[in-house]
Amino acid sequence: MTPRNSILLVFVLVVGFTAIWHLQIAIDAQRAAILQERDDLLVTSPKLLKMASLEYAPLLADIYWTRAVQYYGQKHAGNDPNLMLLWPLLNIATTLDPNLLPAYRFGAMFLSDAAPRGAGRPDLAVELIERGIQANPDYWRFYEDLGFIYYFDMKDYAKASQAFLDGSKNPNAQLWMKVMAAKIAAEGESFETSAFLWHDVYQSATDPSTKQGALDHLQLLQAQQACMQLDELGDEYEKRTGHRATRISQFVQEGLLRGAPVDPLGFPYELGDDGKAHLNAKSPLLEKQKQFAQFK
Amino acid sequence: MTHIGAVGLNTFREAVRDRVLYNLVFFALLMMGAAVLVGQISIGIEEIVIVSLGLSAISFIGLLMAVFIGVGLVSKEMDKRTIYALLSKPLRRWEFLLGKFVGLVFTLAVNTVAMSAGLFLALLYVKHTLERSDAAVLIAIYFILLKLAIVVALALLFSCSTTSLLSILYCAGFYVAGSFVQEMRTLRSDLAGPVAAAIMRWLSYLLPNFENFNVTGLAAHGAKIPTALIAQNTLYAALYCAVVLAGAAAIFSRRNFK
Amino acid sequence: MPGPAIEIDNLTKEYPYGFLNLKKKTSLEGLTMQVETGEVFGFLGPNGAGKSTTIKLLMNLIFPTSGHARLLGKSTTNVEMHRDIGYLPEQPYFYDYLTAAEVLDYFAKFYDLAPADRKARVQNMLKKVGLETAGKIQLRKYSKGMLQRVGLAQAILHDPQLVILDEPMSGLDPVGRREVRDIILELKNAGKTILFSTHILPDAEMLCDRVGVIVGGKLQGIGAPGEIVGIKAHEMEILFALPNLGQNSSPLLAKATRMGDRYRLQVPEQDLYAALDQLRNGEAKILSVAQVKPSLEEYFMHLVAADRAQAAAVEVTGK
Repeated sequence: MTPRNSILLVFVLVVGFTAIWHLQIAIDAQRAAILQERDDLLVTSPKLLKMASLEYAPLLADIYWTRAVQYYGQKHAGNDPNLMLLWPLLNIATTLDPNLLPAYRFGAMFLSDAAPRGAGRPDLAVELIERGIQANPDYWRFYEDLGFIYYFDMKDYAKASQAFLDGSKNPNAQLWMKVMAAKIAAEGESFETSAFLWHDVYQSATDPSTKQGALDHLQLLQAQQACMQLDELGDEYEKRTGHRATRISQFVQEGLLRGAPVDPLGFPYELGDDGKAHLNAKSPLLEKQKQFAQFK
Repeated sequence: MTHIGAVGLNTFREAVRDRVLYNLVFFALLMMGAAVLVGQISIGIEEIVIVSLGLSAISFIGLLMAVFIGVGLVSKEMDKRTIYALLSKPLRRWEFLLGKFVGLVFTLAVNTVAMSAGLFLALLYVKHTLERSDAAVLIAIYFILLKLAIVVALALLFSCSTTSLLSILYCAGFYVAGSFVQEMRTLRSDLAGPVAAAIMRWLSYLLPNFENFNVTGLAAHGAKIPTALIAQNTLYAALYCAVVLAGAAAIFSRRNFK
Repeated sequence: MPGPAIEIDNLTKEYPYGFLNLKKKTSLEGLTMQVETGEVFGFLGPNGAGKSTTIKLLMNLIFPTSGHARLLGKSTTNVEMHRDIGYLPEQPYFYDYLTAAEVLDYFAKFYDLAPADRKARVQNMLKKVGLETAGKIQLRKYSKGMLQRVGLAQAILHDPQLVILDEPMSGLDPVGRREVRDIILELKNAGKTILFSTHILPDAEMLCDRVGVIVGGKLQGIGAPGEIVGIKAHEMEILFALPNLGQNSSPLLAKATRMGDRYRLQVPEQDLYAALDQLRNGEAKILSVAQVKPSLEEYFMHLVAADRAQAAAVEVTGK
């Protein structure tokens, strides 16, 4: 090659790539304008894809899962709450490879989170996880995910508790699954279920700290229940006298109680300025209550 | 110019005589099958399915042809020693290369036009009519052709410098990479480190961006494709082919034909 | 008298090979020679001697490591040079999906001929190489000999001033070889310059004005076939019979070769008369006396042997 041609080549390459660079920026802008509302998935039928992918279905699943992650990531980075393609992508990925565990777990997370962090579709997240459970019945962590979706995103404590409980039946499941079930049951004010579960944890736990924790929870449950009953008495007292009681002794005077009730550690309950019952300021249980509340 | 045309015409003739265009039979069967079946198994998305499937098939068949024939354009002439007699004519090496490129792109164009006709027949069969918005499908097909031209240029470049098998692998690699260019660009520096992110960004502009030419989704829904994009994509493909072919010509003109 | 048709000046070609192309193999070393206009020049040498390398360098198919060449006064890097040059590659092969007529028509397009002229020339050429009946058959059905004819046809299609043929006779039957010879002579009569390579020596002896012998990438000798042969001292061959075998006890008899009832004896030219005297004394019947003309073949073998010996020596000394 002559020197003249070499110079020409370098010139063509430099000018060409510079022009391509600038053109690409223009094309990006043009495409962004028309494609913004038009994220699209060419083939939306997972079954068709599975047939077409032959033995490469798991590989294709990985690609679709990657696409889902990229899609979510891009939308997230661009603060774009429109995640309409997320479900089809996850649907395809998990149909192509039903054992693609991360696709269920993180996919459910993307789906269930409220906008702008996620798609705000906990119902689809539940569907995804339930499919995951069906395909991978031995994987107990799906129950954990299911429980959290019900708990955080749908505020359905009964179902959340049930999910943790179902998961805890798996022999591989860790003990805290049962703990979660119990805690959530308590929060949903299903004291009986909660007490039953804590009792179960207390029985089955082997390490002393878990055992102590279960005991604490049982005692607190008892206290919580007592306080609620006391509040009911408070309502009755107000009805009769026209004003709220500020001391437990007023219930006794009115004949609503025979004596001052005590918490499981023997400290009498107290009434606050608002007339609501609470633990005695001296009771060690109060400290525990504050501790547990922090984890909520 | 006549030299380039002569080489191009011969390249086209070779493809025809090697029965390359038989792939059209396969495409026709696919379109017919889809047209008949889609009406029976689905409601309301006949058009979308026909267009999506048709465009995907046009793109896929075109890609196979562009890569496999493109890689053989030069290497076959060398393996079969037909190039000796040819280059002893008053034919410049870059003319030969450009002629090969033009010939294969022309072959692909003929093939694509035939497939497009099949696609529109299938569309007519399921819709019983054609609308103005179906022009988007034509533009999508045109974009596929632009994309194929870049692939042919790349195939030529690789086959000028390495073996056929490696050329095929490189082509496939570039195609895949070129389809994920957008993802490379959005790679965040806090995840990959600033150096890797900068390299990726650079690469994302240097690699052929095949995503530019993908408007299948728009076409399937009969959306309007702006004229500016057509012009930009045409220019992009022309520039990219020019740059790649210049590189190929530089390599080819220094090649010894032992 | 116009200038030389081919001027080759110190042409050298090395091929790198081995790991990272660090080693070099020299295919052609410092070739300098000229081929005059209107001459038939034979390029001789065993396989791998550098004949094809030289021809490909001349056709700009490969590029010299150093040196340069001019054909018809134009540098090999000038693409216009090819307008007046015809080239037949070694073992030519053409697009097997085309017919002979189509291949010739395709090649003719590069000489910017008018379509009508092109068509006439193609038909003419097919007739000339004896393919007019096979012109419409795809080349994939052609025999090697037929392909060689197509190759020849494409080389002379555009009526070039200089024709370079790489092994034009190889793979041909005697009839085919004769036809190629006729075409070369016809070109010569038309005033064209022809350079062809061959390892078949009688062809060269019969056709060439001059020959160049190349062995091991080096030019070993150049000149008229007779001159090349003349390098070696001539010998005389005596054919005789011995009717009375018993009476002859000449020491010469031991050197003679017996062929049936005749003997063949080869002696240096200066010893001829002494030998004849001795034979007459021994009552031998002289049948014929003739000059032994060492063929190019012998010359050739001699050079190859020398080259091999040298190569071996180089290997031993590790140079």
